[in-house]
Amino acid sequence: MNKSVLLGTVAAATIVAGSAFAGTLDDVKARGELICGSNTGLTGFGAPDASGNWAGFDVDLCRAVAAAVLGDPTKVKFVPTTGETRFTALASGEVDVLVRNSTWTFSRDNDLKLDFVAVNYYDGQGFMVKKDLGVSSAKELDGATVCIQTGTTTELNLADFFKSNNISYTPVTVADDSEAQRQYEAGACDAFTTDASGLASTRAAMADPANHIILPEIISKEPLGPVVRHGDNNWGDIVRWSYFALLIAEEKGITKANIDDIVKAATDDASYDPEVKRLLGVGDNDTGKLMGVDAKWAYNAIKAGGNYGEIFEANIGSATPIGLARGLNALWTEGGLQYAPPLR
Amino acid sequence: MADISFVRHQMLDPQAPPTSQSGVVKWLRENLFSGPLNSVLTILALISIYSLIKGAMPWLLNGVWNANSLTECRQIIADSGAAEVGGACWAMVRVRWNQFIYGLYPVAEYWRPTTAFALMFVALAPVLYYGLQRANALMAGIVGVLLVLALWGLGTDGYHIALSAAVMAGLTALAWVAPKKLVWVTLAFPAVAYWLLWGGSVWGTVGAVAGFGLFALVWSLTQRHVGVVVAAAIGLIAAVLWWSLVQSHITGVLAQWFPIELRYVRSDDFGGFLLAFVIGITAISASLPIGILLALGRQSNMLLVKTLSVSFIEFFRGVPLITVLFSANFMLLYFLPPRTNFDLILRVIIVVIIFASAYIAEVVRGGLAALPRGQYEAADALGLDYWQAQRLIIMPQALKISIPGIVSSFIGLFKDTTLVALVGLMDPLQGVRKIVLSDTAWRGIYWEPFIFVGVIFFVVCFSMSRYSMYLERKLKTDHR
Repeated sequence: MNKSVLLGTVAAATIVAGSAFAGTLDDVKARGELICGSNTGLTGFGAPDASGNWAGFDVDLCRAVAAAVLGDPTKVKFVPTTGETRFTALASGEVDVLVRNSTWTFSRDNDLKLDFVAVNYYDGQGFMVKKDLGVSSAKELDGATVCIQTGTTTELNLADFFKSNNISYTPVTVADDSEAQRQYEAGACDAFTTDASGLASTRAAMADPANHIILPEIISKEPLGPVVRHGDNNWGDIVRWSYFALLIAEEKGITKANIDDIVKAATDDASYDPEVKRLLGVGDNDTGKLMGVDAKWAYNAIKAGGNYGEIFEANIGSATPIGLARGLNALWTEGGLQYAPPLR
Repeated sequence: MADISFVRHQMLDPQAPPTSQSGVVKWLRENLFSGPLNSVLTILALISIYSLIKGAMPWLLNGVWNANSLTECRQIIADSGAAEVGGACWAMVRVRWNQFIYGLYPVAEYWRPTTAFALMFVALAPVLYYGLQRANALMAGIVGVLLVLALWGLGTDGYHIALSAAVMAGLTALAWVAPKKLVWVTLAFPAVAYWLLWGGSVWGTVGAVAGFGLFALVWSLTQRHVGVVVAAAIGLIAAVLWWSLVQSHITGVLAQWFPIELRYVRSDDFGGFLLAFVIGITAISASLPIGILLALGRQSNMLLVKTLSVSFIEFFRGVPLITVLFSANFMLLYFLPPRTNFDLILRVIIVVIIFASAYIAEVVRGGLAALPRGQYEAADALGLDYWQAQRLIIMPQALKISIPGIVSSFIGLFKDTTLVALVGLMDPLQGVRKIVLSDTAWRGIYWEPFIFVGVIFFVVCFSMSRYSMYLERKLKTDHR
């Protein structure tokens, strides 16, 4: 009897929990605040700054979503999640959306019942070596010791890469980036491998960046993007299109600075680009109605931190100490992969 | 016959002992070079200490305090011609120390946790030095002066400094006039600290405390008639009814009439040593009474109580703390009704209390087991009931025996608070360090945050350890 009571409780809890996640949008509106799962601290992507304000590439996407839904980019609470807790935090409803440089993989999509709604950063795994090692390609790393973070997809990629090239390596496992850098600088390993964005910021932080080179091979695909729970498609659409709005804005040359002028010009000019009009909710355009958000959703999202290009340059772009080039993350019009479907 | 015997008329002056039998030489011979093996070990130890210092000292001494980024630090060290040995970049500590201490707590409100921390010492004074007028007043006075200095250093506004100074002066006076009355400060401290740390309307906190007051009142009125345990149950029911049904109406009205409130600070903003202390102090103070009850329960003759206590203790001693933390993070949310946003810090505090109680229970049981059977029988012979016997005869002796074990459990518990980083909280060692190092200005630093955090942990844990030794000496009644 006891057992059936327990099972019944679990079943009831599951049913209630399942039904509760249907209306994330309503939850967020009722709460007046978006809860965004973020990193515990990753250079350029998401961390609190000296005065305690969250800043970064992923953080700005959260703010854009908050602005699209609630009209105010400050109405967002950041919940730091670790590599282990991130997907559970999302699945259990502790956070509304997870923007935490998480790689979109088959098993995460299907097994964990999550939806990756977009890819806001195309990353890939690379290698960094000391210049005086005299290596110019990762395929020459036969017999090398390699510093690698444990428990990540990078560890598996590394094994695959060396196996398929029929060369050997000795792994030196480390717990995090800072330990990896320490070990690599101390000479405990010949090469350090992680996502290329991480390599770039690690190299930039070194005392002698000129003595280290990042090898040309990118051995894996790491599409990083915002994640929502499976089954709440409306909410997934909102996050996805908040992101696409930033892409379209860059494509159309709409920036944080000129957005008000463009709204004014589009209001006055009947022959102005109709997609811009739809995006910014000019006139009687109301694209937000279909998603259940304000007509000015995209305007608010862009106004929050600028378009995709502005967010990129402000947090991780070439003007920052991290100095990442757009590369794969350039717009499709400039040879990159960032491509938003038409807004119509 | 002439008397040839001779008796010395005065004593000889004492001679100085041979150099080999006195002073430094004797000490060295006895302690460091008492034999060939010890001499070799001494020399090896000296060599390793020397090489450690030789390696670390230049790095420590070349430390840079005034810089705005690691690059600047490196530049300054290179300019001073010490690029070869390198140097520590303490500037990171100077710029970001506040996050190591307070996490993301709003800067303008730093006076609140600082005041709560100072009040903690005043609240601890009667526990640590019960009834000692000088010790209590001295503690309150010194802490008061330090608090004012700290608040001034933090740039707090004059109003709050004056208020804190007045409160601390009042407490010092109270400690001087009536040191035993200070216990009331200790009892009020949890509520005051909660209000200071989290803020919000004062009436919410007052209402919660009133529930405990109601519990105590009902308990003391009924315990003579129905016994201790049933009285506690009735009191608990009364308190729960108050909290769930009555409180919000009354405190709501009071909050409208007398709106006294502090800015509400969310648990998410707690971090650094503030978080370590909140978790550590709460768990330490809650786990001791719970642990004592569990230890008594384990010794009980009642089968149900005994079984429950044993399974509780054995279960929580059998699983690692990390497992318990993860289940606090994941499991609880799945089982609670949706949308109950049960604060993560609260969840963590609860599981840490549960975990620590199980350990304390076993330490206290050790103390109980060490008591001679005669003590229990003597208590029975005096006609004391169970609770009286525990309170007057058994516990004072059992706890005294357990002091070293209890304190080392507390020290371990305080250090274990750093494990909360695994569930995404900002502990000083992992969480805040990661945040600071993710800043492009400080990325690449390695040892400095570990040393800074380590020193603070050492000071806290070492003080606890010294206090436990003092307490052992003070309570020593035998003549071993």
